Amino acid sequence: MLTLEKRPHRSAFWTWAAPPVAVLLTILFGMVLFLILGKDPVIAIKAIFWDPVFGEFAFYYRPEIVKKAAPLVLIATGLAFGFRAGIWNIGAEGQYIIGAICGAGVALAFYPLEARWIVFPLAIVAGALGGMIWAAIPAILRIYFKTNEILVSLMLVYVAQVLITAFASGLLRSPDGHGFPGSRNLSQYSAAANLDLISGTGMHWGVVAALVAVLIAFFVLTRHQFGFDVRLTGQSPRAAAFSGINPNRLVLFSMALSGGLAGLAGIFEVTGPAGQILASFPKFYGFTAIIVAFLGRLHPLGILLAGLLMALTYIGGEVAQDNLQLPAAAILTFQGMLLFAILAVDTLTMYRLRRSRKEVR
Amino acid sequence: MKRRTLLATGAGAAMAAALGLPARAQAKTKVGFIYVGPINDGGWTQHHHENALMMAEHFGDAVEFVYQESVPEGPDAERAITQMCLGGANIVFTTSFGFMDPTINVAAKFPDVKFEHATGYKTADNVSVYSAKFHEGRAVQGFLAGKMTKSNKVGYIASVPIPEVILGINASYIHAKKVNPDVEFKIIWIFEWLNPAKEADAAKALIEQGCDVVLQHTDSTAPHQAAKDAGNVYTFGQAADMAEFGPMPRISSIIDNWAPYYIDRVQAVMDGTWASKNTWDGIGQGMVGIGEISDAVPADIKAEAEALRDSIASGAYNPFTGPLNKQDGSAWLADGEVADDGVLAGLSFYVEGIEGDIPS
Amino acid sequence: MDINPILLLAALMVASTPILLAAIGELVTERAGVLNLGVEGMMIMGAVAGYIVGHSTGSPLAGFAGAAAAGIGLSLVFAILTQVLLTNQTATGLGLTLFGMGLASLMGQGFEPALPVTVSKIAIPGLSSIPVLGPILFQHDAIVYLSILLVLAVYLVLGYSRAGLILRAVGENHDAAHALGYPVRLVRLLAIMFGGACAGLGGAYISLVRVPQWIDGITAGAGWIALAIVVFASWKPWRLIGGAYLFGGMTVLQLNIQGDGGKIFGVTVPVEYLSMTPFVATIVVLVVMSAGRAPGSLGKSFHASN
Repeated sequence: MLTLEKRPHRSAFWTWAAPPVAVLLTILFGMVLFLILGKDPVIAIKAIFWDPVFGEFAFYYRPEIVKKAAPLVLIATGLAFGFRAGIWNIGAEGQYIIGAICGAGVALAFYPLEARWIVFPLAIVAGALGGMIWAAIPAILRIYFKTNEILVSLMLVYVAQVLITAFASGLLRSPDGHGFPGSRNLSQYSAAANLDLISGTGMHWGVVAALVAVLIAFFVLTRHQFGFDVRLTGQSPRAAAFSGINPNRLVLFSMALSGGLAGLAGIFEVTGPAGQILASFPKFYGFTAIIVAFLGRLHPLGILLAGLLMALTYIGGEVAQDNLQLPAAAILTFQGMLLFAILAVDTLTMYRLRRSRKEVR
Repeated sequence: MKRRTLLATGAGAAMAAALGLPARAQAKTKVGFIYVGPINDGGWTQHHHENALMMAEHFGDAVEFVYQESVPEGPDAERAITQMCLGGANIVFTTSFGFMDPTINVAAKFPDVKFEHATGYKTADNVSVYSAKFHEGRAVQGFLAGKMTKSNKVGYIASVPIPEVILGINASYIHAKKVNPDVEFKIIWIFEWLNPAKEADAAKALIEQGCDVVLQHTDSTAPHQAAKDAGNVYTFGQAADMAEFGPMPRISSIIDNWAPYYIDRVQAVMDGTWASKNTWDGIGQGMVGIGEISDAVPADIKAEAEALRDSIASGAYNPFTGPLNKQDGSAWLADGEVADDGVLAGLSFYVEGIEGDIPS
Repeated sequence: MDINPILLLAALMVASTPILLAAIGELVTERAGVLNLGVEGMMIMGAVAGYIVGHSTGSPLAGFAGAAAAGIGLSLVFAILTQVLLTNQTATGLGLTLFGMGLASLMGQGFEPALPVTVSKIAIPGLSSIPVLGPILFQHDAIVYLSILLVLAVYLVLGYSRAGLILRAVGENHDAAHALGYPVRLVRLLAIMFGGACAGLGGAYISLVRVPQWIDGITAGAGWIALAIVVFASWKPWRLIGGAYLFGGMTVLQLNIQGDGGKIFGVTVPVEYLSMTPFVATIVVLVVMSAGRAPGSLGKSFHASN
């Protein structure tokens, strides 16, 4: 039987080899799945991984991948700080939704004022603040009452979901909506719209924010005292305490940071691609971002790549659905398998496989 | 390859160029459908899909039928619709209200493709909207409910507070009240179109509160199952006939009959006669069907219900004919006055006699 | 007022049973130190498997057995990944939900029920004729009783047996438990499997009793609620019943109030907001009972070399 043995150092080889090996494994399992479903496995895989980037209509899909990846990367980058320090914000989904509600609320309060230099920045600030406050709740409760932040932040996701449904048909409902729920379309309100900066590239302000966040996070983690504190706390909370790191401040900081970035993702989404506050406001970015954070090994550059890969499977999955009439559920299953494979193979960076021997102990 | 090189000059230009390319020589008409749920949801989407398949069967080799299921409303929808257009679709049906803005946005980029959006209100040169006057069917249901209830309590499982649903509640209440002045409506909003567990709970709650007729504007058959378990409760099929629950508890149904419209519109694309229009058809045009009224209903009541159905179908009778007051008692329609379609399409209040508030 | 409190409470028990079942399983898993966020995925697998097996054989017993097996099957994927390959539990659990929802949907496509399944109610002789309490508590189907018996069993095993002691030791501090010679991974494997079986049963209760039918996405978030209840109960089995009935009760009550004109004692209740009360209540409970501490090793990977 095989067992895992801890490596003294992270394996340089597997650090680079693990992701492609995992993708290859998923492709193999996925081909079996598609074969069982009676679809041509080669064409299906090509539709998912190749067509969106290099296929006939790549000119349309590439920007779409960028747009889909932006909120994932933005949220995951924030989460990575906390996760590294052992602070588990599982409720980014809620912070993302609240960010969208707050930002949209502020923007709509100004409607129809056409002063973009006032409306858009204020909406962004409101979105970030909303997400921050929503994330500060579990942080403060953890600091003062020792409640578990995983669970409080998760509970607040449900609350946020109820709120957005209520706001869509209540406070933020468009007066011109013929009685239908849903706010005004912010992407059609030029003072608040978050459109492509260069038309057709998919590069909206959210994408810019995601890239900036990745760069800043990279430098903070590797060069700045805060990054050092985070890493030390994650590796050894006791050593961190000895070195004078205030754990409470770290909790508040990293929760507020991740909440703020999630809120930003929300406001960029609602003023751009989504356009409206609706009960069906694009969901699950906050949860998917957790997956992206881990796929990217909590490293900003890794997260950037992981976010793009995740976005690719979404877009590619749709292409496969469109071209082969592959059921949507098959794509969900495939994404699950991809995640499992990446997580499993990633183990090889820290452990090696050994034939089991009697443990000397 | 041509498109790839164009990309170098800027994706925006490439997009425009791609769209400007001459349409591929097509022998077949490519017809696309965008669904909000999975095609086996047993409700709204399944019904659209079945009707789409009837359309595809009608045309046989002349059309290529493609669809995408479980498309979330919002930006994902815009992409799914674009994808279909890039794939060479000649006409795309988007079958959920939430696809309205995405449909309009994509339509602006593909002027040569025809779009048909279900249940919305925004049109364009290449975008038509279509919906059915489900409330005409609700009037017949309300009549039956008023006649059949012994407890005088009628339950109503409502989905999302939009005009279509509010119209349905009003239409059924007006006609129940007309034949049974003591009738009382109990309305439960579940804020979803399809959630079998919640629908079952809502049906049970209504039955436990003494309702012996349960109307539903939600898509699953769960309320029928709850009624069946309870015994002496009547229900109505929604969207599909749900005949498997007849003759009891299901005593009739409203059937969404989209296929004739689909065939008509695709034919118009083939003939080159397609033009943008706003369709709101009812029983008379065949878009709303009244399912067979079962033997659980006494013959005389059944005959009356059918007469009501036929008078609505012929246009002789409009379910919203005055005198009618609003919930707060203020006058809405004078005696003999008929509500205007435009007003009905945006209706957001209950008529007099209905208890409770519309959630907002 | 048309609300019948007796019927309401009885309905509340039925509505709460799926989440109670899933939650008792997750409680055991978490007490062993493992956070499996894939409850929703395991529940929906149980729902589809229970439906398929039940309606193929016509036997509710076979249906529930199939559901438990399916839940275990999916939980084993999680167990292998997190216990053998030491993957991160949070990410793996979220992945399990995606995977389970996709797979369940694929399994359910095109299935046509062959035989009817009836789960009959069992009136407990004597007890069921007690006024008020009888109809509320003692006229249910076997699974409702099973869910409560399971809670009792978990309470006894966790609190008063050696096996329970070991499981708690593993959950509190896996390194110490390992040093004492307890098989940490085996204990966790079994706890994860138990969680899978219970989640599967809970899912099947939805598709075979409560609704009863199979439709894509039928669990509609029940698995997430089950996770919430475990916290609400601060990992104590008895409190789980209170939590499950509070959550289940809130949905049933909410619908009943609406049916009754949206008023309680003449006061209008904003029903849209009522549905978020259980979650807020959970947070309040977490704050008030800060003693309700999570198992010490919850969510952390264990490797003998650490």
